[in-house]
Amino acid sequence: MSSNSNLTTMRRLVEQLKLEASVERIKVSKAAAELQQYCLQNAYKDALLVGVPAGSNPFREPRSCALL
Amino acid sequence: MGELEQLRQEAELLKKQIEEARKGVADTTLAELTSGIEVVGRVQMKTRRTLRGHLAKIYALHWSTDSRLMVSASQDGKLIVWDTYTTNKVNAIPLRSSWVMTCAYAPSGNFVACGGLDNMCSIYNLKTRDGNVKVSRELTAHSGYLSCCRFLNDNEIITSSGDTTCAVWDIETGTQKTVFMGHTGDCMSLAVSPDLNLFISGACDWSAKLWDLRDGNCRQTFIGHESDINAICFFPSGNAICTGSDDATCKLYDLRSDQELTSYSQESIICGITSISMSRSGRMILAGYDDFNCNIWDTLKAERIGECSSEPGHSDLIMEPLSILLFQVWTDCSLPPLLLSGVLAGHDNRVSCIGVNEDGMAAATGSWDSFLKIWN
Repeated sequence: MSSNSNLTTMRRLVEQLKLEASVERIKVSKAAAELQQYCLQNAYKDALLVGVPAGSNPFREPRSCALL
Repeated sequence: MGELEQLRQEAELLKKQIEEARKGVADTTLAELTSGIEVVGRVQMKTRRTLRGHLAKIYALHWSTDSRLMVSASQDGKLIVWDTYTTNKVNAIPLRSSWVMTCAYAPSGNFVACGGLDNMCSIYNLKTRDGNVKVSRELTAHSGYLSCCRFLNDNEIITSSGDTTCAVWDIETGTQKTVFMGHTGDCMSLAVSPDLNLFISGACDWSAKLWDLRDGNCRQTFIGHESDINAICFFPSGNAICTGSDDATCKLYDLRSDQELTSYSQESIICGITSISMSRSGRMILAGYDDFNCNIWDTLKAERIGECSSEPGHSDLIMEPLSILLFQVWTDCSLPPLLLSGVLAGHDNRVSCIGVNEDGMAAATGSWDSFLKIWN
């Protein structure tokens, strides 16, 4: 019956919301600081960000032009 | 008061509780916190490779973990495995259904998978004894289209579906080990956490959900988007996620503070995001849009810092079908375009999907015009 399934759905939703409400949250200042730190600490290995010398860029070898 | 009404009120109360708890830890904003650093300088990436071979629009691409091979899916009904260093096609796999929406490369490199409007996830063995790529499993159980799939290992794959569920499958037995229910709209995209314990899904109910692979529970739900979420990815540390939506914004949600940190948008951008990827340090977000542009954002400063399009003066020269000649001038060759009687086409890379490889060395884009490009 549809009213039973509505009830079941709502019961599940309430249980799920209780679970999500109980999550431990850390302060945004701490979370955001750690994201920033990760970005800055790993910048040197981010080829798209800092570029990579042509010698160590596997996509950089010049290819010959094929003229037909 | 009937039980249903009681439950409804309890649900509303819990939602308010969650909202208050989120506000309670919001002691600063990302903008305030990053006020001391500079925006990333203007990013200029060049096309390093153009992969030609598909005959129709590229729908999906996925890098192998070796950062060199890549699989792409096109509505021409083929999966192609590319060696992006040489542009050679390692495999060209004809599909039983051409309505493919997603593809995935197993971390081992032994398998690829795809699926779409056939509601199935098909697994292909690339390393058969006789060298012919074969379907090794067809995973059927979803009652809606397959929007995305990602291998956990050679025997487990996660799928997201238009039937609003996600599932982990045991490939050997072809059965769903766990079904993740909770979304109230089509699931459009998924991404696995770096530690392989969690995954995230974005859906047409405008929310993103964080799921625990160990117990099958939805741990957290992230709201704020005002339309379907089409694309989702993890920040490389695994502590944040990035979403792209039809509401023309991308958002960064932090997992541990359980909330949105910032939104990436501009008044001039009015079309939806269809694909999203982050650079290796997480400092850049590469997002593909419905108008086929690809914008690059500074994750921390929430500013647009570039796009994936050909540099003026360097171009891919394509002579359209009327002519038999087809050739390409690499940026290192110096043939002035005017000397060639061709049509200067392909300045704009019209992006339909995007992905950064694991070593962060390159970004790949799949285009509406059937080509894939590799950039760095």
